Amino acid sequence: MDETRNVKIQVRGVSKVFGKNPKSALKLRDQGLKRPEILEKTGQTLGLSDISFDVYEGELLVIMGLSGSGKSTLIRCLNRLIDTSEGDIVIDDEHIPTLSEKALLECRRRHFSMVFQNFALFPHKTVLQNAQFGLEIRGIAPAERDQKARESLTQVGLDGWEDAYPNQLSGGMQQRVGLARALANDASVLLMDEAFSALDPLIRKDMQQELLQLQSRMQKTTVFITHDLDEALNIGDRIVLLKDGEVVQIGTPEDILTKPADDYVRRFIEGVDRSRILTAESAMRPVRTTARESDGPRTALHRMRENSVDSIYVTDRDRKLLGLLEAEEASRAIEAGADTITDYLTQDFRKVTTDEPLHNLFAMFNDKSFPIAVIDEQQRLLGVVVKGAVLDELARAGE
Amino acid sequence: MDIPSIPLGYWIESSLTWLTSEYSLITRAISRVTQTGIGGLNDGLMWLPPWALLAIIALLCWKAASPRLAIGAAAGMALIWNLGLWDPMIETLTLVVIATLVAVVMAIPVGIAAALSQRLYRVIMPILDFMQTMPAFVYLIPAIPFFGIGSVSAIFATVIFSMPPAIRFTTLGIRQVPVELIEAADAYGATRSQKLFKVQLPLSLPTVMAGINQTIMLALSMVVIAAMIGADGLGSEVWRAIQRLRPGDGFEAGIAVVILAMVLDRLTQSFSKARR
Ligand SMILES: Nc1ncnc2c1ncn2[C@@H]1O[C@H](COP(=O)(O)OP(=O)(O)O)[C@@H](O)[C@H]1O
Ligand SMILES: [Mg+2]
Repeated sequence: MDETRNVKIQVRGVSKVFGKNPKSALKLRDQGLKRPEILEKTGQTLGLSDISFDVYEGELLVIMGLSGSGKSTLIRCLNRLIDTSEGDIVIDDEHIPTLSEKALLECRRRHFSMVFQNFALFPHKTVLQNAQFGLEIRGIAPAERDQKARESLTQVGLDGWEDAYPNQLSGGMQQRVGLARALANDASVLLMDEAFSALDPLIRKDMQQELLQLQSRMQKTTVFITHDLDEALNIGDRIVLLKDGEVVQIGTPEDILTKPADDYVRRFIEGVDRSRILTAESAMRPVRTTARESDGPRTALHRMRENSVDSIYVTDRDRKLLGLLEAEEASRAIEAGADTITDYLTQDFRKVTTDEPLHNLFAMFNDKSFPIAVIDEQQRLLGVVVKGAVLDELARAGE
Repeated sequence: MDIPSIPLGYWIESSLTWLTSEYSLITRAISRVTQTGIGGLNDGLMWLPPWALLAIIALLCWKAASPRLAIGAAAGMALIWNLGLWDPMIETLTLVVIATLVAVVMAIPVGIAAALSQRLYRVIMPILDFMQTMPAFVYLIPAIPFFGIGSVSAIFATVIFSMPPAIRFTTLGIRQVPVELIEAADAYGATRSQKLFKVQLPLSLPTVMAGINQTIMLALSMVVIAAMIGADGLGSEVWRAIQRLRPGDGFEAGIAVVILAMVLDRLTQSFSKARR
């Protein structure tokens, strides 16, 4: 699927040295030295080292890492608020590091809108004027500017606040203005540097949801920075994990959770799970349909078809779990003229009790990815956990 | 032990002589323009009956600041009128207004340049220190060979003397603009001049206004001193009172200066506060 998607931005081997003599620092890096040693030897900070990744058209890419890992530096290299020391960044065939001063301004206007951690609203401008800023810079006529800015203020729910000044608004509302300023501009890429990190947890949650809604409506290519794994899991289509200026892992939230690239990522994830003490119960859903041991194969197959599933859990009268019947096996039973299904059940599925920690469930989904059965001490079927629900739950928690 | 003294004074004098002869055309042109400006403004303000000007100033104070300031200003101006110092007060006001205008028009671009260029900043700041520590009336002396005795010389010396705070505060104001806001402007593709006019200058305006306020105060003090080289106004009233040993008259003129200073100070302060 990924191969068919258009690449919007290519980042290739980008490094950034903060200091007067980047070459010397990069040479040491090539000899295998890490950031602290390079700092000690040359007094220069290796902000980013050999970063490569793609941003696909229309995706929401999250760049995640602890404080100091180089996230802000990286996002500022994209629109060249910070000059790279080596490597290339290409957006729609334009090579950003080598653009002339003039072409760079043009490129920023056309391609990049930015939302900042501390909002960076202009205190001397009204909400409406702030929202117009990008358009004003581009020299759009006042009438059109006004209309677009009002539209984007409506999109972020700030109708009626056009004439207020930023200092009259709460933090959450200020960041909505920041978002409106970015949206009104209609640039092709939205850059968000810890855009929600300064907000209260509840407001932050709302903003994440709204961003997701906007994103599903507008399909705007977005690069979102956060130091918070929950946020990354919640909103990211894909995640680039940074550590000390290097990429540790790139993948979907699921990849990161199920196949952590190394111990660093694993610790990250474990920290998340422990902090929430999530169990199977939280992700459990009621079973849509079950079969009884007394049911014939045709009945069981019919139920599967009705519910568009290709396997069904079979219980006795007390809802005690007996096994799992796959659609194929049910067909075989019909062909063989069997009256009951008890001989055709499989035990090749996973069952857990309600208190099983959620992160353990990941490893349990096998290739066929049957839902995991959740049972009580009497072996009674309480519900099932499907793969998507685990992700949702992990992402949702942490309020 | 006979160490010859360095002929610093001689050097300065001879270079001044050279300058005055070399640039007499320019100095004469400047002189003419300034003289016309002073004359025009002075005549205009004199043409207004005192009560009308008084009302205008009171109204300005009311709108820009408070009824209290309006009443105070009106009472103060009425006192000046009553003391028979109205005309000298107008003359002083004219000099202050023109000197301030010239100083501000020159200072703001310099202040902006010093804010945007680190190298210029390092050159200009010591010069400003020098200008501000120099005793005020030293500026009067070189003004005379250029512009002769009178109001133009007074304006010249006043402009130089009162300019530093306007430069300093403009530079300070621009440098104080938070880097995040500069970054935001850059991120949206603003050019240097867009950044300057849409972000840096508007945000530094309150600070620039504070600088202009100081410039006005310095201009007023200098214009009074400039009576020594023949400038008209309240300063020459004081000067005359000193020469004739009439402390009463001197104090009256002094009080008029204080009133004028207070009105100008409060009024310009409220202008800078009115901006958000
Ligand atoms: N202008 C700078 N000069 C020197 N070092 C810097 C500069 N900006 C960032 N750094 C260093 O680069 C590293 C990455 O910083 P940053 O990109 O801000 O990280 P993050 O946004 O992930 O917290 C940090 O060690 C930081 O100290
Ligand atoms: Mg950061």
